[in-house]
Amino acid sequence: MTQIGHNVSLPERARRIRRHALRMGEVQGQGYIAQALGIADVLAVSYFHATTYRPDDPEWEGRDRFLLSIGHYAIALYAALIEAKIIPEDELETYGTDDSRLPMSGMAAYTPGMEITGGSLGHGLGIAVGMCLALKRKKSKSFVYNLFSDGELDEGSTWEAAMSAGSYKLANLIGIVDVNQMQADGPSLGVLNFEPLGPKFEAFGWFVQRVNGNDIDALVKAFDAARHHAGEQPRIIICDTKMAKGVPFLEARERNHFLRVEPHEWAEAIRIIDAGVQA
Amino acid sequence: MRRSKYERPVHLLSDNDRPRLTTSAMIASIAGADQPTRAAPFGHALARLAEKDARIVGLSADLAKYTDLHVFRATHPERFYQMGMAEQLLMMSAAGMAREGLQPWVTTYAVFASRRAYDFICLAIAEEMLDVKIVCALPGLTTGYGPSHQATEDIAMFRGMPNLTIIDPCDALEIEQAVPAIAAERGPVYMRLLRGNVPLVLDEYGYGFELGRAKLIRDGRDTLIISSGLMTMRALEAAKTLQKDGVDAAVLHVPTIKPLDEATIVAECRKQNRLVVVAENHTVIGGLGEAVAATLMRSDIRPAGFRQIGLPDQFLEAGALPTLHDMYGISTTKVVSAIKGWLDT
Repeated sequence: MTQIGHNVSLPERARRIRRHALRMGEVQGQGYIAQALGIADVLAVSYFHATTYRPDDPEWEGRDRFLLSIGHYAIALYAALIEAKIIPEDELETYGTDDSRLPMSGMAAYTPGMEITGGSLGHGLGIAVGMCLALKRKKSKSFVYNLFSDGELDEGSTWEAAMSAGSYKLANLIGIVDVNQMQADGPSLGVLNFEPLGPKFEAFGWFVQRVNGNDIDALVKAFDAARHHAGEQPRIIICDTKMAKGVPFLEARERNHFLRVEPHEWAEAIRIIDAGVQA
Repeated sequence: MRRSKYERPVHLLSDNDRPRLTTSAMIASIAGADQPTRAAPFGHALARLAEKDARIVGLSADLAKYTDLHVFRATHPERFYQMGMAEQLLMMSAAGMAREGLQPWVTTYAVFASRRAYDFICLAIAEEMLDVKIVCALPGLTTGYGPSHQATEDIAMFRGMPNLTIIDPCDALEIEQAVPAIAAERGPVYMRLLRGNVPLVLDEYGYGFELGRAKLIRDGRDTLIISSGLMTMRALEAAKTLQKDGVDAAVLHVPTIKPLDEATIVAECRKQNRLVVVAENHTVIGGLGEAVAATLMRSDIRPAGFRQIGLPDQFLEAGALPTLHDMYGISTTKVVSAIKGWLDT
């Protein structure tokens, strides 16, 4: 389904996405870089294996819709959009600066390829439900992907959407939840216990898969199964990911929801990524 | 202040000494006993419009029957979406549909749209200027159910939301005219809905709704009543009564609360130095009254007086609507006596 660059491997795409994200993080000196490193493999598989789109026409009617519900993951999605050639690479140095098309929280009005405005958490899945209903009216074959966080499982609106997607049997909806076990106040399960998560979505009528979200082969299989599943039901891929994946000294930090990184550490992190060092 | 819940009522039904009004008898309509009405003007207008406009879909949060959307559901079942009693989802899914080129008409009660779903209207719809029409029943004091159903502060809340157009129609005719008018204008709209058997008032004055325009419905030398929604109905009735007592009242109807037609309001207030009375079915905080006051101050206009008729800054009582409208000063008789009192002093 990928539109461009069949000759580049998915691990290499993931490496470049991490690299783009680190370069943007360096502009601010701090930020949601651990989430970006953690979700890079999911984004590589999403943009270079699963979804259909045209880089030169981000609003092409036939595209799959990829919604980022988690506004602060914008740095990660920008990295993927840069790699997908929807945003020019040289703009990453404007990340979070005045007049940039890449604000720190993702907004549809600012950025090509950004389908919705995230940030007020718990919005994405419900917007996806509306898009899926509309696409069915239009007899479209497009999928709607919604990437949301384990923190958003705390929001009641997420469960209103989950119940309606099951009720409407939205087979064109693919939810991706990033279970990175870290929220603003600490480890997710300590904030509010959402487990057992798979059975919850199953009970709501979803086709559920749970994978290691940093295992590209497993992700490819899961996305393929989600797209080709025969059941008339929404699909969810629960992705267990590791915060700051790929940069061991950042992975080791205990509270890494909003990382402060020393100036000299950015170059070190990029060096590790470029060397292909995997923890 | 309500009496203590441990004190028994003064009268019991079995006392049978006088007719007692009940809450439920007054739920369905705000119409007076001998007032001409039209049934479900919103539902019929939307169903008619949908014949010509394929973008239109209707969404309900388990209140289709109580927002007159059941009429649309009957004529266009395949374009009706039941979203369940989930108002956050209602707004989010409407946003998603609008992004895909549909024009969703979202219905619920005004309390739920404003208090429960505010964030979802704000960020998912208004911030993106999406073409979603939010039409909500039971605005202000139009039910005797108590604060859970009385949207006394919806306009105050929504006035603070950028991009959102706010409409407070007066009667069945205006609702019928407003539906195609707001459909034609791209962008988010919040419209207060009068449902069921809705009074027909403005036909007598040859009125025509125009989005964003205030209209002088009758002129008068002694006082200028600036009103919206059902209070325009009350103001027109009051003006007729006042006329008999030699008081000449003008009525300026302001159905579009935002963006406010400041030019017309300023022009009417400049025309003649009269007592200005703003009447609204809403708390006196943050609604049309304060919007008009700010407009006059910014324009250096000092009318002969400025008074507000509206709901007090309180959680209102439960009871029968006529009782409550009298209690809180928005019945026709209370409007008449208030204006007389202000003019006499």
